[in-house]
Amino acid sequence: MKILLAGNPNVGKSVVFSRLTGAKVITSNYPGTTVALAKGYMQYQGETVEVIDLPGTYSLRGSGIDEQVAMEMFAGMGDDDVVVDVIDATNLERNLNLTFQLFEQNIPVIIALNMWDETKHQGISIDVAKLEKLLDVPVVSTSAISGKGILQLINRIPEVRNKYIAPLSTHERWGRIGDIISQVQVLGYKHHTFLERLDELSLKPLTGIPIAIGVIWIIFKVVRFIGEGLINYVFDPAFQELYRPAMAKLSVLLGESGIIHNIIIGKLIEGSIDFEQSFGLLTTGLYVPFAMVLPYVVAFYLMLGLLEDFGYLPRLSILSDNFMHKLGLHGQAIIPMILGFGCAVPGMLATRPLKTKRERFIAITLIAIAIPCASQSAMIFNLVGRYGTQYVAIVYGTLAVLWIFFGYILNKIMKGLSPELLMEIPPYRLPSASMILKKLRMRVTFFVREAIPYMLLGILLINFLYAMGVIAYLGEIIAPVVTELMGLPQEVVTALLMGFLRKDIAIGVLGPMGLTAEQMTIAATVLTIYFPCIAAFAIMFKELGLKSMLKSTAIMISLAIIVGTLMNLIM
Amino acid sequence: MKKSLVEMKAGEAGIITDIQGGHKVRDHLDSLGVRMNKKVEKISHMLMKGPVTIRIDNLKIAIGRGMAAKIFVKVGSKNTQ
Repeated sequence: MKILLAGNPNVGKSVVFSRLTGAKVITSNYPGTTVALAKGYMQYQGETVEVIDLPGTYSLRGSGIDEQVAMEMFAGMGDDDVVVDVIDATNLERNLNLTFQLFEQNIPVIIALNMWDETKHQGISIDVAKLEKLLDVPVVSTSAISGKGILQLINRIPEVRNKYIAPLSTHERWGRIGDIISQVQVLGYKHHTFLERLDELSLKPLTGIPIAIGVIWIIFKVVRFIGEGLINYVFDPAFQELYRPAMAKLSVLLGESGIIHNIIIGKLIEGSIDFEQSFGLLTTGLYVPFAMVLPYVVAFYLMLGLLEDFGYLPRLSILSDNFMHKLGLHGQAIIPMILGFGCAVPGMLATRPLKTKRERFIAITLIAIAIPCASQSAMIFNLVGRYGTQYVAIVYGTLAVLWIFFGYILNKIMKGLSPELLMEIPPYRLPSASMILKKLRMRVTFFVREAIPYMLLGILLINFLYAMGVIAYLGEIIAPVVTELMGLPQEVVTALLMGFLRKDIAIGVLGPMGLTAEQMTIAATVLTIYFPCIAAFAIMFKELGLKSMLKSTAIMISLAIIVGTLMNLIM
Repeated sequence: MKKSLVEMKAGEAGIITDIQGGHKVRDHLDSLGVRMNKKVEKISHMLMKGPVTIRIDNLKIAIGRGMAAKIFVKVGSKNTQ
């Protein structure tokens, strides 16, 4: 037996899913958070049952990847499988449209009338018993965020049976739904809440644009404040005070030099361990991800989580829509871009709600080239920031210009049009602290799991290849491009090679090289552009296919060389 | 008076009487709840030919300008809802 969760986007399917299974999935307050199937398990009548969370769909017409995925799952259902149709009780009419389409496909359905608590605030009253009678399938009111009704939902699954109605035309379907609505739903007086007023202000250009600029500015400030605070008062002191003595002892134990010492502890700088430069597995290998990148990752995802759950991101889609059309995209594509500032992997996956291949190619390539992820930003701030904020501004400015300019060119040369924006705007909701923290914990865990192995592997490889002379050899080959065109010393090649694995490794490689401010600025920019990390590369292959991925890669490498050369000429 | 969503002023409300455009677009609008004979209120439109935002029942929906120009509304008095 399997249980499938279906329903419109942003009705809380993923919250129901994590209530049923205890599995950890990302939930947010905007349509399209779930882009892939999430699978989990629950105990049901003494057996382990698979539960599948489908991407949200408005209909079963098969337009877009999300609807196709859902339809394939329905087609493959076994005899005892059931669908839990999660409905937003505050938008009953629209949601029943999908319910009827499920009936028409002869799919056994139980309805979770979710967001039940919100109906009271909005003056909506629904006669659940009558709705159940008219639909002739079990209907259970739930509030998944608080967990209310979930147990009843599970208890009533045995009552599910097939309910088939002959396929209806759109007109007939809405007619039947309208009939039901008039019998079960009464709309009372609706209070105009503070959140709704705020919502309208953020949708009107005169107030919405200043609000957007303010929000972005505050986010930027707060991320830096929390990130730097965590580094200066938590992570760096922990490494220096608690961890250093142990490493110093180990260093002595290993004889303070030699190949084993160099791999584990690294080289001693002026007789002691330098966490940023020693380049050992247990020193730089842990210090860079934990004490330099992780604090920004935590800060960024905390703020992103707040924006997501409050429901602000779709407002940015509306504000940026007109501009995004110039890049061959529409406003919805701003959300993957914002996610890309944390990590390119979820950013690229979030392009799935975009309907055409063309849009997805443009969006994914732009994320890979011009959106610095948290690791890249930590690298830029650390390496370039030491010469002054103006150089950091040059790096970000160059990336922004590249993002606009290159998106514009892709839009011009690629065949096809950019479709128009059409999206539901979720209401503002006050985020729940526990949901925010849960999401933060998941994302930070994901970062640690992705970052640490590649970081350690990279450091191991560098030490190894360096000892074997491979780095010097490759350096000779790539050197002309790096030295002649970009004006950088030959050793920068090491950082570029390791950048294939992770960008933050470059902190340990480039940091001690004694580059000039201009050279560092160029090196950091080129490092950000030329290639995403290996994890993002794997996602590009999966999402775009081999041919488009190779095309995108060729674009990146050429652009990195062009931009590096231009910066060298100008600066 | 019949106006397109683009021509309507923010705050105006009315009934959708005509949706032009291809089958696919109309289907997509329909599944989102934008369809004939529904009451609609225009919330805003963005500067420089940006999208139009509307309210239908309890839903707020953003629609690209080109699409919005093809949705026609019989406008009644202000705030008919």
